[in-house]
Amino acid sequence: MPVAVRVGRAAGWVSRRLGIGAGVVIGGRVTLALAPSALSRLAAGRQVVLVSGTNGKTTTSHLLAAALRTAGRVAHNATGANMPDGAVAALAADRDAPMAVLEIDELHLAAVAAAVDPAVVVLLNLSRDQLDRGSEVRAVASVLAGALAAHPRTVAVVNADDPMVVWAASQSTRASTVWVSTGGRWNGDATSCPRCGTTLRRGVNVVGSADGDLWRCRCGLARPVPEWVAAEAAAVTSDGLEIPVGLRLPGRFNMGNAVTAMAAAAQLGIEPRRAAAAMSQLPDVAGRYTIVTYRGRKLRLLLAKNPAGWAEMLGLLDEPRPLLVVVNAREPDGRDTSWLWDVPFEELTGRPVVAAGEHAADLGVRLTYAGIEHVTAADPLAAIALLPTGDVDVVANYTAFHGLRRRLIAETAGAEATT
Amino acid sequence: MSAAPDLVIGVLLPDMLGTYSDAGNAVVLAQRARWRGINAGILRITADTSPPAGCNIYLLGGGEDTAQLYAIEWLARHRALRHALSETAVTFAVCAGLQILGSTLTDMHGRCHAGLGLLDLTTAPRKRRAVGEVITRSALPQIGLLTGFENHRGATALGAGVSPLGEVLLGVGNGAAQQGRRPGRKSSSAGPSSSRAIEGAVTDRVVATYLHGPVLARNPALADHILSRVVGREFPDSHPPDVPDLQDLRRGYLSPTPQRRARFRTLLRTR
Repeated sequence: MPVAVRVGRAAGWVSRRLGIGAGVVIGGRVTLALAPSALSRLAAGRQVVLVSGTNGKTTTSHLLAAALRTAGRVAHNATGANMPDGAVAALAADRDAPMAVLEIDELHLAAVAAAVDPAVVVLLNLSRDQLDRGSEVRAVASVLAGALAAHPRTVAVVNADDPMVVWAASQSTRASTVWVSTGGRWNGDATSCPRCGTTLRRGVNVVGSADGDLWRCRCGLARPVPEWVAAEAAAVTSDGLEIPVGLRLPGRFNMGNAVTAMAAAAQLGIEPRRAAAAMSQLPDVAGRYTIVTYRGRKLRLLLAKNPAGWAEMLGLLDEPRPLLVVVNAREPDGRDTSWLWDVPFEELTGRPVVAAGEHAADLGVRLTYAGIEHVTAADPLAAIALLPTGDVDVVANYTAFHGLRRRLIAETAGAEATT
Repeated sequence: MSAAPDLVIGVLLPDMLGTYSDAGNAVVLAQRARWRGINAGILRITADTSPPAGCNIYLLGGGEDTAQLYAIEWLARHRALRHALSETAVTFAVCAGLQILGSTLTDMHGRCHAGLGLLDLTTAPRKRRAVGEVITRSALPQIGLLTGFENHRGATALGAGVSPLGEVLLGVGNGAAQQGRRPGRKSSSAGPSSSRAIEGAVTDRVVATYLHGPVLARNPALADHILSRVVGREFPDSHPPDVPDLQDLRRGYLSPTPQRRARFRTLLRTR
């Protein structure tokens, strides 16, 4: 089996070199082709929950794993390796865990679901992400719909506020669908109906539903009545329960992730209050939201990968603290930097900003047109020195975040060693 | 309150045709107009509204197939707007926007759809999607090299009624030759250029391109060209407003990756 994984990675490398594809897709496919039974053998006899969607996969799967661990051991691809080989590695790492939580890349959900026969599939949301890979949002929704249709007995836990995933989940007759109102903020990709293409009407009062972001199309696609609603600091269920949820993770969107995790955990018999208590302990998610001390100042590290994620992260910047923004455009980030123009950088008025990263110039041009004064410095660590004193918020995209975090860990460890 | 704007930029169907952040082009146009003392405003014209026909500039962005067909039907239905696009306003169209304005559009299943018919061009699917950085030399005066990112599956053949926006130095571009123009038109000086790939389409009312990025942020000279068409004069200052990171941005995109640099240099030397 490890041979199959290695051959798969090699195929991914060849694919990238030849410019045929992104590499990851073909790599996963080759692994599964050489050892098609690896995933299903490793998953056999366990209760598996798959978490998919554009934003919140890693956070939601961490929250869900914390909730499920109150009942037993859980295998989990905690680092965010969400391709099939990541799933294989996570299941192989803990063969005795009776439960597994796997975050899965949207385009791989069908293949992984076919192998692991999941008890629950969680669909969070769909928006623009790495479009240079050639996947349009609606096409991804169709792929998710196919994955669900192949597993009619799997419980689907689906975000009722996102028309794209509602459309995906509505295309098959299901034994059970649990709708969750997460109160999503971004709808830039979903203002036209995913089913018929006309404009979605929002703010329509749908009789019998809880409060939330209501929408309906004249073709009939409409926001389902949710069983779970993410409120300010609580989960509210349709049978009248209100369960307080206090998270250490910031942001309204993380309340949405937490309530989604509670709904999924409940399917595996975890009592919501117990889930909430376990989730409230989670300090950070694979380095995201961590606070690192660097040269005497505290840096709060935030990761954003696409316009929806950036809108969420900029929304967290409540105090006008100095801000470092870091943008790369490597393959995992997407090579095309157009998305910068869908991020509401105009909101940054009134705080000192440094633009950094391998595409600092693109970011700098964007900030200038947004009317945001800033300085530009490619190296993010050098850029920090250009900010006025005080604690710093850092928002970075995928490879920029991980590159900066590695360097901060190395520098901090070095500093400790010398003192 | 501020007076009514002197220059109105209408972003058409941003709820359907915004896939590649094309509304950024409106921000660039408006800011560059304001920096020159022109009171410019941006109007988002969504599908559920009755579109105004009095904008000075209309923008059409990129979109997915379903949205594209809906947009054609919507534009054709609003006759005053369609008239404005063909007779009074300046239109800047990107990617799907370019295809929509053409005479026909063939989808992935081989079905041929009528476009808006504003541009003499036809689009059919390519075998492979064209994705990546593009560099072109603009055919418009005073603009020079254009940089952008293409991501499309259309091969667009220009008819005799439109001119290309530029010739491709890197990337795919339109992905089809121009019909009705014989190669070797500029044979004496440019030799191989006549067989070179072309990109975009231009008429006296429309500038259309496959480049996003957004393209006007990367190429302010093209933004100023569009503004000057509306204002009716060239701006004396060719790059007036100080956009501090612009030089770095253009240097980054116009000197491509090492393996491509050699090829790119060869292309430049032939000019």
